[in-house]
Amino acid sequence: MTQLALVIDLNVCVGCQACVTSCKEWNTSGSAGPMGDQNPYGADPTGTFFNRVQTFEVGEFPNTETVHFPKSCLHCEDPPCVPVCPTGASYKRKEDGIVLVNYDKCIGCKYCSWACPYGARELDEQQKVMKKCTLCVDRIYDMTMAEEDRKPSCVKACPTSARLFGDVHDPDSAVSIAIRESGGYPLMPEWGTHPANHYLPRRKTRIKIHEDELERADNPLKVDRQLPKPAMSEPTLDDVTTW
Amino acid sequence: MHPAFSVIFLTTLIGAAQGLFLALFTAQSYAAFKLLPQPDAHAFYGQGSFLALLLLVAGLAASFFHLGRPERAWRSAAMWRTSWLSREVIVLPAFMGVVFLYGLAHWFDWHPVLMTLPGGLPVDPTAMLGVAGTLLAFALFVCTAMIYACLKFLREWHSPLTVANYILLGGASGFTLAAAFASQTAPELVSFLAGWAAIITLLGLVSRGASLYRNARLKPKSTLQTAIGIKHPRIVQKTQGFMGGSFNTREFFHRQPVAVLRGVKWFFIVAGFPVPLLLLVFGMQGATGMLAAAFIVQYAGLLAERWFFFAQANHPQNLYYQCIA
Repeated sequence: MTQLALVIDLNVCVGCQACVTSCKEWNTSGSAGPMGDQNPYGADPTGTFFNRVQTFEVGEFPNTETVHFPKSCLHCEDPPCVPVCPTGASYKRKEDGIVLVNYDKCIGCKYCSWACPYGARELDEQQKVMKKCTLCVDRIYDMTMAEEDRKPSCVKACPTSARLFGDVHDPDSAVSIAIRESGGYPLMPEWGTHPANHYLPRRKTRIKIHEDELERADNPLKVDRQLPKPAMSEPTLDDVTTW
Repeated sequence: MHPAFSVIFLTTLIGAAQGLFLALFTAQSYAAFKLLPQPDAHAFYGQGSFLALLLLVAGLAASFFHLGRPERAWRSAAMWRTSWLSREVIVLPAFMGVVFLYGLAHWFDWHPVLMTLPGGLPVDPTAMLGVAGTLLAFALFVCTAMIYACLKFLREWHSPLTVANYILLGGASGFTLAAAFASQTAPELVSFLAGWAAIITLLGLVSRGASLYRNARLKPKSTLQTAIGIKHPRIVQKTQGFMGGSFNTREFFHRQPVAVLRGVKWFFIVAGFPVPLLLLVFGMQGATGMLAAAFIVQYAGLLAERWFFFAQANHPQNLYYQCIA
């Protein structure tokens, strides 16, 4: 069974908001209708977004880290928003695990948004129906696009490759390897929703240089020379011959 | 959560209607077993059912204001296998239909004996409809309450006390209304109905008090640490990602100062329980004014109670929206 999902690497996200704008641009021009904005140039603008990038400060000054945190629908494997929908407008696709809303069936009762602990759903004030991340379902299967473009719009936009896209049920996919090998984790595991989207934690980048790595290891002649060892600054055979 | 007046009116109005119907049929059952005098069926049961129906229609009308696309409301009966909201959408009109037929049967004095119980007690259509209506009234209470109680991460709601409160508070207001209504149409039943209204109000106070006590001691399961998955004791949000508002900042927070919340709480505790209790006791001899006042004060208290019920629920998604920039 396929479960398409995003894996978001918090170690490399720089909080540039490119995924936010690219998501809005793609999805507002789609066949499902615009993502309405109200009062966009006024004092109190508001509108529908599928994806947000938030910023958190972790730790106490001066030992702080700024964590940029992209947030969209996590396409839960056990989505609490789906069974509560009275009309069946909210559903999880069997073939690829994407959680979608049928905008033609939605009555805008907002119950699904109450049932989502992550706040991933937003009521579109213009169309008066519930909207959410579609994982760019209208992109990823579009055979008229080049294969490298058949990815969610946010993934394509990310300049640091902080967003990976793939099948988390395929153990050999890039996303599964990233989750497995880089400590990928789900959000709010306490509610048993089993989010398909995972996040990769911050990692310390340290280089351990061993002393023998500072010497020319490809120079057996110098290593084998009689004691006492010559100083590091003395020329090696590499420096004086061209072989 | 942001308390929506459409839902507040829906739940309180249909709660009172369900309670009123239960009161009517309780009186009819007692009268059938000769435990109470037989009232004027035409006026008390007939008009009483139409009063209940009126409240149900008003509640249903209020609920439409909650929908973004009310013209599609008919679709919401589809997912009754999984959704309590869908179940409510089915049970509510079924209950309305039974209340209508029950009222009609009494209005036209339609009492053919359908069968006789072992004790020699005749069973007529009003008794059958009454039993069906009673079952549906309780089913509707459970459906309405479970819409909220089934959301496990809204922990203020996720408790059997939510179901108990919906039943008892709806029942209390319905019985109080029945007592006030009986003072005009069936004076011989007033003390019986007012007595039960007082008892249910008292039970409601106990169960609502228990849920207030429970909710005040809840420790949040979700924290900023689990929300973003970083295990550090000190995490502060610096920006929620946008300067303007969004659905997430409007729908999930009551946007009232703590003082308002506390004020509403004490108002519903006082207006919902002790004041109507006193008025019921004083009005037990049939003073319509007292009993009507009891219902009005209690209903106002229950509106505040429902507002507080929504406002108090703290949705975990609010963890992501704590700081604009």
